[in-house]
Amino acid sequence: MQPIHLAWVDYAILLAYTGFVIGIGFALRGYMKTSSDFLTSGRSIPAWVTGLAFMAANLGALELVGMAGSGAKYGIATAHFYWVGAIPAMVFLAVFMMPFYYGSKARSVPEYLKLRFDERVRCLNSLSFAVMTVFASGISMNALAKLLHLLLGWNYDASLWICSAVVLVYVLKGGLTSAIYTEVLQFFMIVLGFAPVVFLGFKDMGGWDAIKSKLVLVAQNPAALSLNDKTFQPDAWTSAWKPLMGGPAANPMGVDIFAIVFGLGFVLSFGYWCTNFLVVQRAMAAKDMTAARRTPLIAAVPKMVFPVLVILPGIIAIALASTPDKNYRLPPPALSSGQYSAGLADLKSGQPGDADRVTAKVSQDIGLKMDKAKMASLLADIPARHLTDDQIKDRLQNAVAENDYDGIILSLVKKYCPPGLLGLALTALLASFMSGMAGNVTAFNTVWTYDLYQAYLAPNKPDRHYFVMGQAITVVGIVLSIACAYFAHKYSNAMDVVQLVFSFVNAPLFATFLLAMFWARTTGTGAFIGLLGGIITSGLVHGSTLAEGKGGWLGLHLYEFPSSMAQNFWLASFAFTACFLLTLFISLATKRTKTDEELKGLVYSLTPKLADGDQPWILRPAVMGSILLLGCVILNVIFW
Amino acid sequence: MGLDIRWPIGIMFSLVGLLLVVFGAATNSDAAMYSQTSLGINVNLIWGVVLLVFGVGMLLGAKFGGKKPPTP
Repeated sequence: MQPIHLAWVDYAILLAYTGFVIGIGFALRGYMKTSSDFLTSGRSIPAWVTGLAFMAANLGALELVGMAGSGAKYGIATAHFYWVGAIPAMVFLAVFMMPFYYGSKARSVPEYLKLRFDERVRCLNSLSFAVMTVFASGISMNALAKLLHLLLGWNYDASLWICSAVVLVYVLKGGLTSAIYTEVLQFFMIVLGFAPVVFLGFKDMGGWDAIKSKLVLVAQNPAALSLNDKTFQPDAWTSAWKPLMGGPAANPMGVDIFAIVFGLGFVLSFGYWCTNFLVVQRAMAAKDMTAARRTPLIAAVPKMVFPVLVILPGIIAIALASTPDKNYRLPPPALSSGQYSAGLADLKSGQPGDADRVTAKVSQDIGLKMDKAKMASLLADIPARHLTDDQIKDRLQNAVAENDYDGIILSLVKKYCPPGLLGLALTALLASFMSGMAGNVTAFNTVWTYDLYQAYLAPNKPDRHYFVMGQAITVVGIVLSIACAYFAHKYSNAMDVVQLVFSFVNAPLFATFLLAMFWARTTGTGAFIGLLGGIITSGLVHGSTLAEGKGGWLGLHLYEFPSSMAQNFWLASFAFTACFLLTLFISLATKRTKTDEELKGLVYSLTPKLADGDQPWILRPAVMGSILLLGCVILNVIFW
Repeated sequence: MGLDIRWPIGIMFSLVGLLLVVFGAATNSDAAMYSQTSLGINVNLIWGVVLLVFGVGMLLGAKFGGKKPPTP
């Protein structure tokens, strides 16, 4: 990939944004007086701000980049991650769960678990969460530094350290409030930075009907774009539900309807949106209960329409790629210099008549599929046209018959953005990487300070002590993130394993919270063993099944899933069920340790119902939630 | 928190909008640049105006909107 050359105006926009986030940190510095101001924003932020931050905290750059890739790979069905996998859970959080999180005065999700159960459950949850946030922010920063290196030719180390330093400065000065404000700024940056790119691509393709007619062709021959080896019904990329009806073989995701509805729509989605402290923390920073409950509902409004901004680009990209005169191809993975020299050596030693053998050899040596026709013509042209090494390099790169899905959004930015707009779009991307780090670090410092440090290491100190600890651990969190970024950079396979382990840990969580909040009989022992059992179950399911050559590390191959996504959804379903049943039965077999009085405000049946009567009826959470769900149903029907 | 977030959002987008408007106006004659990328449309100028309007709107909201911020 040729590095992009930025004009002065692009740098000016980039600098303006950076200046503003640092400025926000400094402007908030004076308000940071107690540990609560710093770590929980002193519960003082209006609902529209926490709402947008709630949405933006999840909208990290990896999401932005990944969703466009999935849009290309799977078409409109990708929207299930929004309309099935997010909105219902957000409504549930607002209507049913927020009253307990906010009303219990817990400062974090693990602290709620401590109030509801005991220290064991809190310790398990806070430890795994703390480690996870550090890794997540490290992964995000590694991706950012790699991107800046590839795209702009900047130095990897310098990019990593400078961006981390910017995040450090504004989080250290303004704490959670700074992170939330920056997330709101990032939200508008992303909307306003990417909307023109999507619009230009949309216009270039000639509107929705033209795009749809291209997708029909893609579905019948996805191999032409190296998307998939199979062929599908014409509507496989343009319908969200119909291809799922035909079972895993009939849709490019390779999933069945149960996996989507139960695995994604219930277990994973509710597990993420209702229990992940990273997002829930935003709502807990709201100024009062009404604002806290409105937070996820306000977030759900942009969330519902965001597929236009994040999935549509991927769809536009495959439509463009299947229109020859648009002169666009899905970006291939960039060849490293090692891969290139291996390929070059193979080409130079090959004879023009030998195309098949040379193609196979090159494929094997660089580890990527190669296009036979392009390789044959390249092989013939090397002696015939005396190609220079640079020309060979370009053509070798172009002959790679695989896609770098993460590069799609950037390839569109490059294609449609003149200087000026380019700076805006890149700043939006940079902003989302940095606020991804800030979000994780602010969740990490709260959980560390309140749930680990104050709970186990140094209880009963004056608040000043925890305030200083909160700031110190912010620095530590950033340094650990940088270390993780280097780790991810060096050992990407090991990082995949780390992420896999976290998916085991997260899969059963929602069962614990569901029983905690809605069944007073649930005991601490039940919750703890249930949670452990759920985690072990997901590990065992992964260890005994295969999908796309992954899993089965126990040496058992009981079942082969049609895709990794299907494996992931089913694994979560099993983990949830195991955790649910174990918690249920062990709770029945053990004695309750908390009285009804202690559980007041923590469990649904023991908490006085909130009176929403003083709010205008349209703003009551249940009404707003119902309207949102209705909107969701309508969208699903339109793209049926 | 004492800082109304509409101030920084407003100032930043007004500034960036202004920057794009100026840059768009200065490069308006550069037809090649825009035909190679943005389908011949001077998106810098148009989008700069949009950002400017958004930014100024936020500033007006911060100045006159009082305690009750607008729901987005």
